[in-house]
Amino acid sequence: MPDALQVLNNGVPISWYLMLSAVLFALGVAGFLFRRNIITVFMCIELMLNAVNLSFVAFANMHKQVSGQIFVFFVMVVAAAEAAVGLAIILTVFKNRETLNIDEISTLKN
Amino acid sequence: MQNLWLIPALPFIGFLINGIFGRKLPKSMINLVAVLSVVLSFGWVVKVFMTAGDLAAMPVTEHYFTWIKSGEFQVGWDFTVDKLTMIMLFIVTGIGSLIHIYATGYMAHEEGYYRFFAYLNLFMFFMLDLVLAANYLILFVGWEGVGLCSYLLIGFYFVKKSATTAGNKAFIVNRIGDFGFSLAMFLIVVNFGTLSFSQVFSAAPGKPTETLTAIALLLLVGACGKSAQIPLYVWLPDAMEGPTPVSALIHAATMVTAGVYMCARSAVIFTHAPAAMETVAIIGLATAVFAATIGLAQNDIKKVFAYSTVSQLGYMFLGVGVGAFSAGIWHLMTHAFFKALLFLGAGSVIHACHGEQDMRHMGGLKKYAPWTCLTLACASLAISGFPFTSGYFSKDAILSAAYGHAPWMYWVGVITAGMTAFYVWRAFWMTFWGDYKGHGHPHESPPSMLAPLIVLAVLSLVGGFAFNVPHILEGMFPIAEGAENMMLTYISVVFGLAGIALSYYMYVVNKELPEQIASSLGGLYKLVYNKYFVDEIYDATVVNPMITGSRTVLWHGMDQGVIDGIVNGVGTESKAIGGVLKLLQSGNIRSYATWVVIGSVALLLVMGVVEGVGR
Repeated sequence: MPDALQVLNNGVPISWYLMLSAVLFALGVAGFLFRRNIITVFMCIELMLNAVNLSFVAFANMHKQVSGQIFVFFVMVVAAAEAAVGLAIILTVFKNRETLNIDEISTLKN
Repeated sequence: MQNLWLIPALPFIGFLINGIFGRKLPKSMINLVAVLSVVLSFGWVVKVFMTAGDLAAMPVTEHYFTWIKSGEFQVGWDFTVDKLTMIMLFIVTGIGSLIHIYATGYMAHEEGYYRFFAYLNLFMFFMLDLVLAANYLILFVGWEGVGLCSYLLIGFYFVKKSATTAGNKAFIVNRIGDFGFSLAMFLIVVNFGTLSFSQVFSAAPGKPTETLTAIALLLLVGACGKSAQIPLYVWLPDAMEGPTPVSALIHAATMVTAGVYMCARSAVIFTHAPAAMETVAIIGLATAVFAATIGLAQNDIKKVFAYSTVSQLGYMFLGVGVGAFSAGIWHLMTHAFFKALLFLGAGSVIHACHGEQDMRHMGGLKKYAPWTCLTLACASLAISGFPFTSGYFSKDAILSAAYGHAPWMYWVGVITAGMTAFYVWRAFWMTFWGDYKGHGHPHESPPSMLAPLIVLAVLSLVGGFAFNVPHILEGMFPIAEGAENMMLTYISVVFGLAGIALSYYMYVVNKELPEQIASSLGGLYKLVYNKYFVDEIYDATVVNPMITGSRTVLWHGMDQGVIDGIVNGVGTESKAIGGVLKLLQSGNIRSYATWVVIGSVALLLVMGVVEGVGR
């Protein structure tokens, strides 16, 4: 596979990263929309964030600029904070309602 | 510095003390504060008079601070004293002091004693401000202030419905006049760029006659409101709902003469607007004769004197209108003496009869209240123009000036003088002669009430030649072409005496006659007895259409229809839109997420279609 080797020698092209990122993002969206377990939904959100992170890093590498990587750190920090708060909320919800089904938690209405 | 500000400030301090602490003060203390503040003010007027020197050559003007400053236009808080002001100051503070003393006796048993004196002192403050003002705006402050106090004091017995409506009527009718006054001030500002008397009057002769006529006529509208002239006189007879000292001070001696004072003060404007002068004279004469005829048939003693006041104010306007300004002021002064006395005497009579005001239930009081009878006789002589009483001089001065202007005005004035003598003496005979027809035992009034009566009686008798106003004011006003003819004087005296004699014949000698005349006149008598139905006409043509219009157009149409409609419409529309939008808010997190996804996909599509995805 000289072509593949050649490709790898010149570095993985940006489009591969972006395609992987898009696939991961789409998976995250699909999971977010169609799963009912809150924990799964939560994990899907993380998946989407990381898909975006991947494209940030890829672009940073392509443009040889560090700002994309720095942005990734911010996203990770936010994601960590969000995970802490989100999990705490999920715990409380479970304590109060004994369910993790997202469709049964509709207090935002009214 | 003469410290002119002290003159109004003293009553104002009295007002503050009685108004704020009066509720807790004993009556003797309230009396002391109220009377002393006005007497001190009178004392300060005397002091200014003694030390000011020649006021004719050098009017005293004091500037305290600049009140309004807008570009070139400035209004200062300025007071000025010239001879005209001096006369007014003496009248206001002098008669004010007497009436305050009288009121301590008259109001002794009334509720709200401190309130009464607080208002009365406040009135003195505003009236003195009006008189001392050196520009139209300061005058207007006093003008509005006395209107306010008049309203408060007419409605003094505010639990009585008739008193509060009378207060409202006085206030609202005065608004019409004040509107005219405001317009006059605007015109003055536009044309002269100042409101100061001295600047306006020095510039006035150079202005076009049309402008001056417009200003003078608008000032006249203001004066008609305040001084109860046709067509705005209707509030004054109703104002008699107030306590009698108020009727004497505000609605006879001082406030209602403010219009005459203002016209005399603006003499320069009026003399350069002949058409306006003619209007003043005709309105004055018409009011004099009109009110006098109504006075002939009234039975309430205060109503008789109220119409008499309207009529006498008409005389003053006649004087001003025919150019005899100083005669008008002279009559203003003598009228203040004898009309204050008439009202205070009427108050004393009402006091004696335990609150009865209907003359048909009085009579025979000369036995029970001799001093009141004697003093009222002096006042009645003076108002009838009996020779050498005060009214004789001033009325004569006005009538001879009227003859010089137009003889027919003199004749109408003389007939009015006859009627005046008739109705005043009619009231006198009905009250003091015959037998007592009221309830209880009538009694003489206390000394605090009698002393002012006696002072005023002396003034009514000698005030005419003791204070020769035209002589004092010589040079201030252009000289009116008076007709120097003693015959005119004799005729008016004869008419006055005839009025007295006729009233004596009708109400003492032949008591059946008035009723016979009344029944033989029939409709005409009814017309006069009901005051020409003017109030009813005003109700039908102005008041009721206004109320109906306000109710249907402004209330139901504008307020409830348009304004409430807009406000409620915004509410209902928001609710309807919200009703649709709330369907989005399912509370289901996954549906929200779906909307977000749909939204972002749509956004991407739009970006792709419109300009392609950004490079």
